Amino acid sequence: MTENIERHRYDVVVIGAGGAGLRAAIEARLAGKRTAIISKSLFGKAHTVMAEGGAAAAMGNVNPNDNWMVHFRDTMRGGKFLNNYRMAELHAKEAPDRIWELETYGALFDRTKDGKISQRNFGGHEYPRLAHVGDRTGLELIRTLQQKIVSLQQEDRAESGSYEARLRVFAECTITELLVDGGKIAGAFGYHRESGKLVLFETPAVILATGGVGKSYKVTSNSWEYTGDGHALALRAGASLINMEFLQFHPTGMVWPPSVRGILVTESVRGDGGVLKNTEGKRFMFDYVPDVFRTQYAETEDEADRWYTDPDNNKRPPELLPRDEVARAINAEVKAGRGTESGGVFLDIASRRPAEFILKRLPSMYHQFKELADVDITTQPMEIGPTCHYVMGGVEVDADSAATTRVSGLFAAGEVSGGMHGSNRLGGNSLSDLLVFGKRAGEYAAGYVDGLGASRPKVSKANVDAAAETVLGPLERTGGENPYELWHELQTVMQDLVGIIRRKHELEESLKRLADLRERIANVGATGGRLYNPGWHLALDLRNMLIVSECTARAALQREESRGGHTREDFPAMNPTWRKINLVCALEGDDVKLAAQPVPSMPPRLLALFDRSEMAKYLTVEELAELDSVVAGNNVVAERAVN
Amino acid sequence: MGALRRFKVWRGDKAGGQLEDFKVEVNEGEVVLDILHRLQATQTPDLAVRWNCKAGKCGSCSMEVNGMPRLGCMTRMSTFAEDETVTVTPLRTFPVIRDLVTDVSFNYEKARDMPAFAPPSGVAPGEYRMQQVDVERSQEFRKCIECFLCQTTCHVVRDHDENKKAFAGPRYFIRAAELDMHPLDAKTDRKDFAHEQQGLGYCNITKCCTEVCPEHIKITDNAIIPMKERVVDNRYDPLVWLGRKIFRRDQLPAQAPAPHPVVAPRQPPPPRVGTHHIPLGVIWHKPQPDGLEAEVGPDGKMPLTEVTFDRAGAASPFGDNVTFPLPPDSLNYQHPKSDD
Repeated sequence: MTENIERHRYDVVVIGAGGAGLRAAIEARLAGKRTAIISKSLFGKAHTVMAEGGAAAAMGNVNPNDNWMVHFRDTMRGGKFLNNYRMAELHAKEAPDRIWELETYGALFDRTKDGKISQRNFGGHEYPRLAHVGDRTGLELIRTLQQKIVSLQQEDRAESGSYEARLRVFAECTITELLVDGGKIAGAFGYHRESGKLVLFETPAVILATGGVGKSYKVTSNSWEYTGDGHALALRAGASLINMEFLQFHPTGMVWPPSVRGILVTESVRGDGGVLKNTEGKRFMFDYVPDVFRTQYAETEDEADRWYTDPDNNKRPPELLPRDEVARAINAEVKAGRGTESGGVFLDIASRRPAEFILKRLPSMYHQFKELADVDITTQPMEIGPTCHYVMGGVEVDADSAATTRVSGLFAAGEVSGGMHGSNRLGGNSLSDLLVFGKRAGEYAAGYVDGLGASRPKVSKANVDAAAETVLGPLERTGGENPYELWHELQTVMQDLVGIIRRKHELEESLKRLADLRERIANVGATGGRLYNPGWHLALDLRNMLIVSECTARAALQREESRGGHTREDFPAMNPTWRKINLVCALEGDDVKLAAQPVPSMPPRLLALFDRSEMAKYLTVEELAELDSVVAGNNVVAERAVN
Repeated sequence: MGALRRFKVWRGDKAGGQLEDFKVEVNEGEVVLDILHRLQATQTPDLAVRWNCKAGKCGSCSMEVNGMPRLGCMTRMSTFAEDETVTVTPLRTFPVIRDLVTDVSFNYEKARDMPAFAPPSGVAPGEYRMQQVDVERSQEFRKCIECFLCQTTCHVVRDHDENKKAFAGPRYFIRAAELDMHPLDAKTDRKDFAHEQQGLGYCNITKCCTEVCPEHIKITDNAIIPMKERVVDNRYDPLVWLGRKIFRRDQLPAQAPAPHPVVAPRQPPPPRVGTHHIPLGVIWHKPQPDGLEAEVGPDGKMPLTEVTFDRAGAASPFGDNVTFPLPPDSLNYQHPKSDD
């Protein structure tokens, strides 16, 4: 290498400046660590701003019956009991503190009459639970964390004279490789997007907070940043990914007009009275209530409509079923020929609520449709359909510490981590997830650095040179393939063959085509120079999207059942045997290898939160027998205590 | 397959550049950012443009379309005539990095100068109590997506780099107002800060910032004017204040340090020579738009005070009879160099 590579030395490097990354950085800095935040975009532009509904936390401000146990139960049910129970437990217990903490940073949530944080209903949550600010909660969260970072920088300046003494944001910077020394993180290598200059961070701890993978799909609500960078970095560093077959397709994304295809319509449109209708004008969700939910959802339109004003005495409208059920129902309607030309159905709130109500409750929704599509949601229905929204799968981590299990010093939080949401995420759980585990990742990363003392892993020159060569490859290649065309082909493969409804032969076909693409992507070229060159940036992101797509396709082929965000047409039912299994992806050489691993089983204290009759739908016969013996054992213990 | 439409896109870097002509397919329902993406995919893979959400929520794709600061993702192609050439240029107020991407670090520096929210002492997390009606005022300003369109359009710093040091810009006036109106912020000197440190006095409420705000935040009416009025309340004797309202400035006794003039003396508008084509790559300076005649009363004089004027602010610096977008044929664009 002839180029002088810019070098920085930090205690903790956080990759990703969304909610999880910023929260992690705050915690690492509060623990006294010199911390760098790496952002692919400008500071404050993270994908977190897209979250509209709110942040789920059992504060019980609106319904005092709510508590962490109810929240935990809802989360496990939503994830079809494939969740890492410990993550779901920590999440439910700590979410309220994380939300309240935001108020001390300056956040202004909507209020209840008695001045507390207001909470709204959301699909899959038993009680009103989502702290919100109109429908721009994600923006409030990012701005609050961004301003907290600034306030910490101001404290550092007062103390040391420099804003960046202990906390620095590297905006528009992409990490392309993690550098590992004997199974321990030694550094991170990347380039500045603006100048194209290479940069090396020497650090013993890296927190991945890079978000999701949606840009591998054609119809997606995700921004360009969602290229699976963290997933791919972790894999290449030797860590593993779990649950990669589970992708959430948000049931209500805009399908018309084309310029806004994929953009989400928040679930609160349904929470506030919106209903789904097919082209025949039928409110069809009543036909799609699965047996496991039968007792909790209304059977008639009258009862459903009464629920909005009297939730205690009526059952919920079926429009508020978990997201995968709604997505599947819409898909079925469209396939049955009752969808619109662009492959969607209608979401109608205009005919059910007065215009003032809609404007008050869904201001940015109204604004977005009006400005982007010239559609007035107070007078006409929206045309919506499923859009790729969230990946439940991600880096395999320890529940308490957010540390990866195979590489020391590597942590992951937020969407890039896996396990918390099981096979399907409840709306509102992602914002609280990233606060809870962002904080934990920052805390444990700081602790890990303390534990290392003076003996920090070393970056090897050979690794740096190899990483630099990879980054500069596309620019130096003459006659390489056009990155935009390759990207388009990758999206077509994933959208058509590994989409919302999956089939064995299509998944096999997708693996063949991904293998072809892998060779072609290795030969991708970029024209132009290094100064802010999007073609080059895309060429580098492609290999991440490819490897993550391969994990998804392989795991989807292996899992022969339908559960949450994974629907197999050839295996339409849930299978209790599969509930016990997490599929884990890791690299062997350059190849993705898949292994089955048992899902951690819930201890009796948590199992006791569920009815046996409910568990019977999820557990195998042997597990149920075991459950019964534990319960019997408890009763014996209880009786003894009484005697 | 949509129709082919004509685009002019500024391409270059800090060393200079020019408008380049493109013919590109446009389909029904598309926005300007879609077209720029199509250019990237089909004609110019290295065309630099910032974007993220493509949904008007992140404020990344700020650019100037036919001379008007806009979000690329929120500018529908249907707002232009089919035979119209659409001209896309980078934000003028900030130094260009490459093509449509500018260096907006000015804004982040101003954000860092702003003292953070000061939590009330003795109130534990979870014990914060506020009424909806009280948080709503600040919430309006927290809708800000930091697209910096207000910053680029503000004539105090647009083409006046020398004012950047002392002037924080509309984005940070609403931040000051937000904290000032926050029911529990423990700091009480937000208005003084806006006046003394942020250069609030430079603003002569032309409302250009409000006009370009994609979130429709009433920056001038709800943040700047209340801040100015309260600053005045606090800092000046009421009689002096009244005097300022009813006398012309030259009739007033000398004041405490007035901000220096913010609008450069205007050249007489150049004679209009009809629509003329300007060759690409020529270095020229942005001509003053015509139509700068002042609004005068029946006596042929300008109104003396805001009280008798028909609007809250001064006249538009572009002239009240100039409508946007400007016709692209007469739009000359040369991005200011950093050493200008």
